[in-house]
Amino acid sequence: MEFGPFLLLAVMEGLVGAAVLALTASGLSLVFGVMRVVNVAHGEFFMLGAVAAWFVSQWVPGPPGLAFAVALVACPLLVAGLAALADGLVLKRLAYEPEATIIATIGLLYILQQAALSLYGPEARPVPPPFEARLQLPWFGWSGYKLFVIGAAGAVLAGLWLLLSRSRIGLVMRATQVDRETATAFGIDVDRVYAATFALGAGLAAIAAVLIVPIQQAHYLMGGDPLLLSFIVVVIGGLGSLRGTLVAALLIGLSDGVISTFFEPTLAKILATLLVALVLVFRPQGLFGARA
Amino acid sequence: MTRETILHPTRRSLLAGGAAALTAAALPRYAQAQSSEPIRLGFQLHRTGIGAAYGRWYERTALAALKVVNEAGGIAGRPVEILFEDDATDPRRGAEVVEKLATQARVDLIFGPLFSHVVIGSAPRAGELKIPYLVCSEGYHVASGKLNRWTLQPGITDVRAQVTAMAPFVTENLGKKVTMIFPDYAFGHDHRDFFTEAVAAQGGEVIAQIAIPPTETSFTRYFPRIPRDTEVLYHVMVGPAVLTFVKELGEFYGSGAKPEIFGFIDSLEAVDIASPGLEFLEGSHFWEGQCRMLQPDASEAETFYRDAVGVDANGAAIEDPNNVSCYGHMFSVWETLFAIKEGMEACGWRGPQDRQAFVEAVEAFTDMPAGRERPQGAKVFNAKLHQAFGHQFITKLEGGKLVKVHETSIEDSLYESDVDYTAMSF
Repeated sequence: MEFGPFLLLAVMEGLVGAAVLALTASGLSLVFGVMRVVNVAHGEFFMLGAVAAWFVSQWVPGPPGLAFAVALVACPLLVAGLAALADGLVLKRLAYEPEATIIATIGLLYILQQAALSLYGPEARPVPPPFEARLQLPWFGWSGYKLFVIGAAGAVLAGLWLLLSRSRIGLVMRATQVDRETATAFGIDVDRVYAATFALGAGLAAIAAVLIVPIQQAHYLMGGDPLLLSFIVVVIGGLGSLRGTLVAALLIGLSDGVISTFFEPTLAKILATLLVALVLVFRPQGLFGARA
Repeated sequence: MTRETILHPTRRSLLAGGAAALTAAALPRYAQAQSSEPIRLGFQLHRTGIGAAYGRWYERTALAALKVVNEAGGIAGRPVEILFEDDATDPRRGAEVVEKLATQARVDLIFGPLFSHVVIGSAPRAGELKIPYLVCSEGYHVASGKLNRWTLQPGITDVRAQVTAMAPFVTENLGKKVTMIFPDYAFGHDHRDFFTEAVAAQGGEVIAQIAIPPTETSFTRYFPRIPRDTEVLYHVMVGPAVLTFVKELGEFYGSGAKPEIFGFIDSLEAVDIASPGLEFLEGSHFWEGQCRMLQPDASEAETFYRDAVGVDANGAAIEDPNNVSCYGHMFSVWETLFAIKEGMEACGWRGPQDRQAFVEAVEAFTDMPAGRERPQGAKVFNAKLHQAFGHQFITKLEGGKLVKVHETSIEDSLYESDVDYTAMSF
């Protein structure tokens, strides 16, 4: 294939990866920024979103578009509810102590993964896309649904930015992020803010999964890659900085698409990891991180 | 008397210990009881992990074959039990499963694993424990000579034989410039090495080799590497993402010009060929170890096998048409169980003391005629390679049905080798 179309395909594939990654990583970043919790189980919330979407596609009759719309609303809510429950039952009792929460979320990772294995099974199951459309370019064809994924992810991210910067909930979250004690002194119920943040973070991962599952199929082990890439993105962007997370997701997603198309996917992973190492050595707070 | 179990090692070893104590106290009675004691076979199963789709059907096939064997009087008159143990399709876990089955469950022998990296990781442990290890794995690793005297493959042919037999069909009927897409580990490398060699021998050429990591979930980015002058696209893919692979291939080519497509059914095992997005496969060819869809000339043995396992004419579970089987591979489990029966009866199996005699009895196999024991067809066993050779099928997708267009002979699949397991020590 000629260079031009080759690059176009690489960029389009990269954008899909970047869009989904931006959603997943912003959830992780939010949880760390506000709660100072490194959520190792984040990838499993992603997986739960996909698995729940499969169940919805089985239970909701009618056209695939309807089932998909239901999944897009119900699955993130379900996963968010589960995350709020985990926050109340586990993280709160550990007083959000950083080392303890890392171990606790590792435990949560295994519980969620094995629960999915027991209840959903080891198979990879396809979820029908809401619509079947194919984009036929002169050089190659492409899934029209992938364009929708990019658009939908962009819309959700815009909504998230509005929520954080313009709404009262966003204000309270940001206040808690800046100084937990002062926020408490001003009458903010920090426990509720934490539960809401953890739920929102998990819900974002679940939205990303519902969007991607018509392309990738739901599988109980699918949470590993998004977790790793989200960590890479969050470290590069600066822990807790949403703007940094978005820029880094675009950078990593696009470079992953382009490098793995022109060279090897393994090389893309190597370079991303190398970038993390460089960032940690030369700019430990990340590209956009405020504090060290 | 079947028993599908998760092992309870502590209770079992306790019982085993108790049994040993009792035996010591009453040795003469034990000798008499032994002849009717069940034969216990260990099954290393890919119940979870990337091989789960195969695992589900391998278990079902094993249980169906077990029922047939026991109803016909078991092995040498003794009932047979199978103990399934999940290896998560993981090589390290595989070696642990071999050890657990051999030393804790104390099975007589072990069979069943498929994925080549798991077999390569587990077979050395079986060799150390000196327990017969009968694999259903397809890869060339057995016949290559890199495993050991205890590892045998009587129930399915190896990749080298498969591609050697089929390369002439591809170059004569589809084209001579071939691009290969294969998973980037042992099984895929066997395809890469031996198909490239076989195509060259036919005057064709493999113009590009595209290796894909076995855990990959997105494939579109690999397709631009397919050279434009490709005449035949040869694909073989495994793992949970096979449906994504073929769908994205379809999206990539879309309504534009595309090469002839020759795929190993592995790329579509456990996948409904009528899934939306797979319409582009119409007219393409497949290798199948055994034809998924019932052919008009199917033998009595094959219909018997199909009914026993519970598979309909389209290759799906009779109770659920969406549950598509791994029909192209799972016959190997059935045939391996019958090979075990034949081997044990030939060596006068009494218990684990006859493990070496069993391996020697299997090595004495030569012609393995078609029949209910071998519903896939006749095979010839090569003792030096520890490998069976058999027929291969090429089908074409016509009107949504996989129709058989070619069957290779056993001779087509033979190749030169100087491997000799029988000269190795036990």
